[in-house]
Amino acid sequence: MDDIQLLAAIESYLAGEMNPQEQAFFEALRKKTPEIDQMVVEHNMFLHQMDSYVAYQNIKHTLHHVHQELVETGDLYEGGEVSTKVQVVQLWNRYKRVAAIAASVGGVIALVISGLVAFFSPVNGNQLQQLSKDIEIIKRNQQVQGSLINEVKTKIPTGVKIVSGGSGFLIDAKGFIITNAHVLKGTSAIVVDNKGREYNASIVHIDNQKDLAILKINDTDFKPFKSLPYGIGKRNADLGDEIFTLGYPRNDIVYGVGYLSAKTGFNGDSLSYQIQISANPGNSGGPVLNNNGEVIGVLSTRQAQADGVAFAVKSKNIHDFVEEAKKSDTALDNIKIPVRANMKGVERKQQISRVADCVFNVKAFSQK
Amino acid sequence: MKAEQNEQALLKGLANNDSKAIETIYKDNFNMVQAFVLNNNGSYDDARDIFQEAMIALYEKAQSESFVLTCQIKTYVYSICRRLWLKKLQQMGRFSNQIDNLDETVPVEEDLEIHEKRNAEFAIMDRAMKSLGEPCKSLLEGYYVKKMGMQELAEEFGYTNADNAKNQKYKCLMRLKKLFFSQYNIGE
Repeated sequence: MDDIQLLAAIESYLAGEMNPQEQAFFEALRKKTPEIDQMVVEHNMFLHQMDSYVAYQNIKHTLHHVHQELVETGDLYEGGEVSTKVQVVQLWNRYKRVAAIAASVGGVIALVISGLVAFFSPVNGNQLQQLSKDIEIIKRNQQVQGSLINEVKTKIPTGVKIVSGGSGFLIDAKGFIITNAHVLKGTSAIVVDNKGREYNASIVHIDNQKDLAILKINDTDFKPFKSLPYGIGKRNADLGDEIFTLGYPRNDIVYGVGYLSAKTGFNGDSLSYQIQISANPGNSGGPVLNNNGEVIGVLSTRQAQADGVAFAVKSKNIHDFVEEAKKSDTALDNIKIPVRANMKGVERKQQISRVADCVFNVKAFSQK
Repeated sequence: MKAEQNEQALLKGLANNDSKAIETIYKDNFNMVQAFVLNNNGSYDDARDIFQEAMIALYEKAQSESFVLTCQIKTYVYSICRRLWLKKLQQMGRFSNQIDNLDETVPVEEDLEIHEKRNAEFAIMDRAMKSLGEPCKSLLEGYYVKKMGMQELAEEFGYTNADNAKNQKYKCLMRLKKLFFSQYNIGE
C-alpha cells in the first residue's frame, strides 16, 4: 500500500469517517501489522499535538490582541509617549463617572433652585389677590349703566371685550397715567374720570415684573391740567404713616383710609409696602397718599386670607420705571413727574376733591 | 461564594479563548505583574512576556477536565509570574537575591514543569512548520489551523481539483511529521 493512501486511511479512521465495513477491515489490518498499528498511534499523537499547537497559537493571538487593545484604551501603560488619542480616551475613561456625577448634581441643584424660587416667589396666586376688577362685575356695571343713562354714549368700541379694569392716576399733567400692569390685560384701554367722562388711552409702557404700566390719554376731549396737586415721593415712607387712597372698585370713586403697617410687602418683597386699608377689586392702580398729599405708592394687591392687609408698590419705583421707559421710547421724554406736593396742611376733604380729579377708572379691552 | 463562581466563569471563558474573559483577567492582574517585574530589574516588554506566559499556563490548566483552581486567579498568576521571572533573572545572571515582594504565593513548580514541556513541544512544532517551506506550510495551516475544506484549499492554492490538493496535503503532512518527530525524539 502506498504511504499516502495509508495516511489518508489512518486519518479518516481517526476522524471516525469510515463506514463500519472499512473500519472492521482496517482494525483487522492494525492487529495483523504492528507497523501500521504503530503508525496509527503515532499519527494520533501528532494530530493531538497539532490541535494543541493550533489552540496555543490562537490563545497567543488573543492575548496579543487584548494587550494591544488595553494599551490603546489606556488601561495598561507601557512607558513611552502616550498619544493624544490615548490620552483623550484615558481622560474620558477616568473622568466619565465624575462627569456623570457632576452633571446629575447640576441637574438636581437646578431643580432645587427652581423649586425654591417657585416656593418663595412673592406673588403667589392663592394667597395674593390682584385688585383688578372682575370682568363679570364690569359687565354688570355696564348693563346697569346702560339702562340708567341711555343717552351717554360709551367710547368703548363695539365688538370688543372688556377683559379687566382698575384704577390709575396722572403722573404728568399732559395726560400720562400710571397703573398696575395686571390691570391691563387687554390690548388697549379707555379711562373714565370721576365725572363720568371717557377718554381713549393707549398703553405706552408695561413691566409685569414691577407690575407697573403707563397709559397715555389720546383724546381731543381731554384738557391737560395746569399742574398736579400731589407730588410723587422718592424716599421711603415711615411705619405708621397715615395714608388714604382713591379708586374705582365700583363705577363711583371710593375713598379709603389706613396706615402703613410694614416697610416690605408680601413675604419680604422690598419693592412694596404693606398697608392696612380696606381694598377691593378695582382699587388696583390707585394712588396711596400720605397726610401731606404726597403719593407714596400704587395700591396693587391684597392678601386673600387676611382682612384689610394690602400691598402697594413703592412710589420710588414709579420714578425708576419712568426713567426706564424713557430709555426705550423717546416719545416719553417729556414726562415730568411732580415731586413736590402743594397740599400740605390742607384739609382732607379738600385734598380728596383735588386728587379725585386726577384718578381714573381704567377699563382694558381686547378685540373679541 | 459569588466571587468564586465569578472566577470559575472567567476560567471557563479563558479555556474557550473568549476575549471578554481574557480582557477581564488581564485588567485585574496585569498591573500587579508589571509592577513586580519593573521593580525587579525588568522592562515593560519583560512584563508583557512574563504575564502572557502565565496566562498560557493558566489556559492549559483550565483546559483539562479535572481542573480545579485551589486559590484565587490573582494568587496563581502572581505565583507563576514570580517563578518565571526569578528563573529568567537567574538565567541572565542578574539575580540579586533581593526580590522584595513577599506576597502570598502558591507552589507552582509542577505546573510550570508541565508548561515548559508543552512549550518545548510547541517550539519544535513551530520550527518544523517553519522549515517546511511553502506552499506546504500554508496548505497545512489552511487545513489544520483555519479549518478550511479541501475544495476551498484547492481553489485558493490553484490545484486543479480537491483530490490533488488532498494528495499534496498528505505529502506535506508526512514531511512535517518527519521533521517534528526527528526533533521531538532528540528532545526526549
